[in-house]
Amino acid sequence: MKRILDKIGGDALYFLNQAGLLTIFLFTTLQRMVMPPYRLFPVVKQIHFIGARSMLVILVAGTFTGMVIALQFYNTLVRFGSVNLLGSAVGISLIREMGPVLTALMVIGRAGSAICAEIGIMRSDEQIDALECMAIDPYRYLIAPKIIAGVISLPVLTFIFIFIGIMGGYLVGVLIFGVGEGAYFQGMYDGVLWSDIQMGLVKSLVFGLIIVWIASAKGFLLHLDRSGAYGAEGVSRITTNAVVLSSIAILFADYLISALMHEPGMAS
Amino acid sequence: MNPTSNPPVIEINNLVAGYGGREILHGVNLTVNEGEIFVIMGGSGSGKTTLLRHILGLNTPTSGSVSVLGKNITHASRKELYELRKQFGVAFQSGALFGSMTVGENVQLPLREHSRLDDATIGIMTRMKLEMLNLAGFEDLMPSELSGGMLKRAGLARAVIMDPKLLFFDEPSAGLDPIVSAALDESILMLREAMRMSIVVVTHELESAFRIADRIMILFQGSVAITGTPEEVRNCDDERVQDFLNRRSVEEQLEPDEYLRRLTGHIQ
Amino acid sequence: MNRFSIETVVGLFLVLGLAAFSFIAVKMGDIGFFHDRDRYTVTARFDSISGLKEGAFIEMAGVRVGTVGKIRFDNLDYEAVVEMSIPNEIELQEDSIASIRTNGIIGDKFIKISAGGADELIPPGGEIMETESSISLEELISKYIFETDS
Repeated sequence: MKRILDKIGGDALYFLNQAGLLTIFLFTTLQRMVMPPYRLFPVVKQIHFIGARSMLVILVAGTFTGMVIALQFYNTLVRFGSVNLLGSAVGISLIREMGPVLTALMVIGRAGSAICAEIGIMRSDEQIDALECMAIDPYRYLIAPKIIAGVISLPVLTFIFIFIGIMGGYLVGVLIFGVGEGAYFQGMYDGVLWSDIQMGLVKSLVFGLIIVWIASAKGFLLHLDRSGAYGAEGVSRITTNAVVLSSIAILFADYLISALMHEPGMAS
Repeated sequence: MNPTSNPPVIEINNLVAGYGGREILHGVNLTVNEGEIFVIMGGSGSGKTTLLRHILGLNTPTSGSVSVLGKNITHASRKELYELRKQFGVAFQSGALFGSMTVGENVQLPLREHSRLDDATIGIMTRMKLEMLNLAGFEDLMPSELSGGMLKRAGLARAVIMDPKLLFFDEPSAGLDPIVSAALDESILMLREAMRMSIVVVTHELESAFRIADRIMILFQGSVAITGTPEEVRNCDDERVQDFLNRRSVEEQLEPDEYLRRLTGHIQ
Repeated sequence: MNRFSIETVVGLFLVLGLAAFSFIAVKMGDIGFFHDRDRYTVTARFDSISGLKEGAFIEMAGVRVGTVGKIRFDNLDYEAVVEMSIPNEIELQEDSIASIRTNGIIGDKFIKISAGGADELIPPGGEIMETESSISLEELISKYIFETDS
């Protein structure tokens, strides 16, 4: 019994400690980020890595997500004879939920894990110490461009996902099930509100920050990890950790933003 | 080495330090004079790497003071520390080169970050340093294409690119065969001749240490066993020093109680 | 060369993203300067707007002509005040009637505006005085019978 309590207490302390370290890491980065000089090229390079190179996976995922949503909603709506609502159902679910969340999960898998492993290896190989010793601020030099690139890339990817998802929905709804083209698009234009788009935008911005933050912090703080392992084994473990933690953080933040941005007037 | 009229470049007074609750250095005193090659020696776990990290300002001591180039770094702000670090170079054990950059880009990184020189000048300075360390022509290779000895030399080239007053070298001969290791020692001696810098080397290799050192300090379980010229060290009659020099494994002197406690482990 | 190509790819990526966003924002979000400039706002007061949402559409003669803007509650008169965004080319007479209708049986609520016959027009920012609230079918019928009887 005492052992179980010890374990729970130890885990709780470790969790709090990690949460504190991650928070300090984020604020240190943000604080160092605002100091000049500003350099554009590292950010461009990171947008290339996080954003542009995730395009293909986003296009594929977006198409199929749109198709699945259209298929499922069609099957439900056709029973009530309201297939005219298909367009707005597809549009709203993509813009408010599916687009931001699925894009974020895709980016975690593709770029988040890579960022965490890269920085973890840099920590384990003394490269971060080397930066410190060259009087180059690792937060500003390494982390800040990635964070900025994440916050820029995620909304871009999300809206490409949404657009391509709408086209996927068009493919299934209009071309396969024969919903009127006008009904599909006009229903979407009428059904989707600016507040929906705003929510999609806010979510994708926050998700971009969360993904890069957690991935780079876990890598950067490799040496403070509980089991104290260094090297390949340690890097592989914190990378897994970072993927799990950022996925959960995304879903939690998703609910939180949905709840906070939910306007009482919108309830029907 | 004759005592110089100039103030010492490094002065450590009664440094006590450790990680978490574990104390690793128990009151270390050390003085490095201008223009000398000072070797810190000791077996694994003797605290020599920890000592180096404190001199570099990477860790904060529990008590005691560390002064580098006349500046007390124990209470220095980050900005002061960075200004100071621009005047010294650090070569890490495995080179700590950045995998995403070519060898040339790695070596010139400090110049790019801290100077406003044009590309042509930076190129010339980079090639000069690479030439000096027998790495001419390897400029455009990636670090992954170099051997261990070349990585160390490239790391050394990066450490001296800013013509520092003070050079630190962590384990120059670890993992190298005797011939490559001897060549690296030559490089260190040559750098001192050519650039008049003070050099601190951390190593556990006896041959290498006696080949290059003006003065040697031997650390033993976090305390200084002896500091002196190679001659003084060789003639020292301290048993621990002689054991270390003759590569005898050291039997720790333990109180019977302590021994028993350690054997029984965590059972309390 | 390498540097150039990364920048080009990133530029293309950002332009694509911006295009996707603009498409979605302009088409669906009804934002954009094109829209605001050729529209004007009128308000109307209803006893009950139960079910009407911001962004619901406004119909005249069965054609969608505008959208519902902000909805607020007037706590002096206990009435709902609805802002409506109407294209400039549609002129509303002073005695136009705004009524809340339902699209089908389970469909969304929308506002139907019936043109009046008066000479005077409602200025931008003005108010439609004649309104019909959100009412059930039975209420509608009874009201109709009552009005024709009298």
